[in-house]
Amino acid sequence: MTPLSYLLAAQAEVPEVIDRIPSGFSYFVIPFTVGVAFMFCWLGVGLIRLLADIPKEDRIKFGKSLFIPKVALKNIKELFCDCLFHVKIWQRKPLLGYMHSAIAFGWFMIIILGHIEVALFVPARLNVTRGGLFYPIFYRYFVWMNPGHTTLRGSFFFFLMDFFLLYILSGIALAIFKRFRSIVLGMRHTTKPSFADRVALYSLWMIFPLRLLAESFTADLSGGSFLTIPVNQFWHFLFGDKLWFMPCWWAYSICLGLFFAAMPFSRYMHILTEVLWILLRNAGVKPNHPRKGVAEAEIYACSSCGLCLDACPMNVQKKNLKYSSVYFIRFLRRHNEKKINAIADKCLMCDKCHALCPVGVDAPALRRAQRATVNNTMPYNYAYLDASGSVQPSEPGRVHSRFAAAENGLSPESAPADSTQPCHANPGVLYFAGCMTHLTPRIIKSVEKVFKAAGVEYAFADREGGICCGRPLMLAGRTDAAAKVIEANKQMIEASGCKTLVLSCPICYKIFKEEYHLEGINVVHYTQFINELIAAGRLDVKKTDEKIVYHDPCELGRGCGVYLEPRAALSQVGTLVKASKEYDESICCGGSLGSLTLDTHDRAKISQASLQALLSGNPETIVTACPLCLKTFSEAVSRGENLEQHVKVKDFAEAICP
Amino acid sequence: MVDFGFGLVPSSRINLDLFDKGKYEELAALEPDVRICMACGSCTAVCTAGKFEPTSLREAIEDIKNARADKALQMLEPCQLCGKCSMVCPRGINTRHLILSINKIYSEK
Repeated sequence: MTPLSYLLAAQAEVPEVIDRIPSGFSYFVIPFTVGVAFMFCWLGVGLIRLLADIPKEDRIKFGKSLFIPKVALKNIKELFCDCLFHVKIWQRKPLLGYMHSAIAFGWFMIIILGHIEVALFVPARLNVTRGGLFYPIFYRYFVWMNPGHTTLRGSFFFFLMDFFLLYILSGIALAIFKRFRSIVLGMRHTTKPSFADRVALYSLWMIFPLRLLAESFTADLSGGSFLTIPVNQFWHFLFGDKLWFMPCWWAYSICLGLFFAAMPFSRYMHILTEVLWILLRNAGVKPNHPRKGVAEAEIYACSSCGLCLDACPMNVQKKNLKYSSVYFIRFLRRHNEKKINAIADKCLMCDKCHALCPVGVDAPALRRAQRATVNNTMPYNYAYLDASGSVQPSEPGRVHSRFAAAENGLSPESAPADSTQPCHANPGVLYFAGCMTHLTPRIIKSVEKVFKAAGVEYAFADREGGICCGRPLMLAGRTDAAAKVIEANKQMIEASGCKTLVLSCPICYKIFKEEYHLEGINVVHYTQFINELIAAGRLDVKKTDEKIVYHDPCELGRGCGVYLEPRAALSQVGTLVKASKEYDESICCGGSLGSLTLDTHDRAKISQASLQALLSGNPETIVTACPLCLKTFSEAVSRGENLEQHVKVKDFAEAICP
Repeated sequence: MVDFGFGLVPSSRINLDLFDKGKYEELAALEPDVRICMACGSCTAVCTAGKFEPTSLREAIEDIKNARADKALQMLEPCQLCGKCSMVCPRGINTRHLILSINKIYSEK
């Protein structure tokens, strides 16, 4: 065998690759070139328009973020993991993950390797004026391998190109199979492709088989490896010595051209827009309009894969499929105002589609923005917030003092041993129950019981009934009105001088964490607070052998990422059993305030589905940490439809301190 | 009844001739639940805003039926959309959407 160094040296004298066609051009490249040029022009204009729609300060923020090392690293990581390897899909559905990464990563590698080959063997052709746009794509057509002078380096590239082509072909085969039997790949529902989607889809299916055909027809001239050479020999066996390879190259080029021309109008736009969306997302730029600027990047980044169809809790009924995020985004893209509003209003805002989206498209935020375009201008009159916020209520008979706690300083409500302390001895803990907790007084009762048992000194912010936290207004798209409510609550809390704010409603918890910006105040949900009490040994709990299943409320789990604390605490009082869908896959109870138009009948169906998932482990008790879930489940269980076993529904605090 | 232009108490006259059926039908198309309200007042009893201002969805619905949509709108202005009313409604009315729909339809001049 010839040593490698000799081969490399020999290459310098006798060229390994010879430009078979001196002009470096053939008519068959025209369809591809036209398609790709059209796509780049379209994208260029689109990108400029999109960036122009982003507010100036956001644009500057975006520009700067690209140069912050931490963000840049995150960008690179996410670009590789999300765009090329599709890690998020791998984790959930391995076969689907394989399919997507085969096509994305394989294609990416073929393009990159094609360019590297040109750069190594015919570097002059990389120049755009000498065919740089199409030459690397059709490299195998234009070159002729000098027989007897093939180096190891050349063979290495031949092997890689064939390897990645085979890799893509396996992905394409899965994709075609998925069109007919998606359930095998783990998808119950798939999206209905639009016309442009179909054009792009069928050309995408054709591109790689045609590439194999084209390259195998010329493999005896321009080289090949384990895949193309045997196929080439097969063609010679069939058709004799002279092979007519032009039709294959034409077909290959036409399919590529069609795909790229259809791309801006199809779901495959996500291939390129995803890059922009990841950069924008990591820069921390948020959409401020449901259609323009950042939202546009988000909309075009949606791959229309339909993973959100199976995720959406509304889709227990097939008629609600059309309200899924994927169709919401499709209609946003088409500016179909009427349909957009109907879809935006239907959603429960459980955030599951966002949590499971492989591209991280925040459809619920877009729905909120869309609702705001309709509802934000509605009149409101919150003058009473200012009036009662002052120390003197304007109408003492009528107006309750919602700031009882704030006015008197924080007075400890539970009587501690050293209750001789003056009122202003700040216990540091403020408990805010919120509207929904007031509707379910059993939660307040048991929370107070827990506080008493643990000897927590606390003040009750809204014992006499307070005002809303503002989250329901936000969910309805009334952001201006919500800001008023937030401001009033914020004043009250800051005036109280507390150090820790305990909330028993996840809806309140989310907005207090995200929108209130309470500096120096630790905002915790009562599950976290009680878990800390148990961990610190301040609260004694008795372990029983009760089988408990914990339901993750949407706003607490997916909304705020609190999954482990409630489970840790509950495992101290009973045996936790698994639900068939839990953590970020947990199903909304159906009682969510997020939906504006979903009727009671549909909600009941969702409650049933959610209960079914919870009862899969045969628990005796369902524990939840949200007043809305508690109420919804209690009602669903008492209706008792389709329930084989009888279960109790308890609040978290009730379960801890029975 | 003839309006003499004076009285000891504010007029509580209801003129049903002024009832705008077209708008009411529009509202019912948008939120059909408006028809099933039985005026029990549970919504009013739990209302968060009702502690500070006279806010009542029950009254607002009655006002609309009594051709006083302006009063209804004013009645609903302090609403914080907290959703307590929808949780207690014995008829399962989607109160939040009803309030938004009343605003949407009757605010249009």
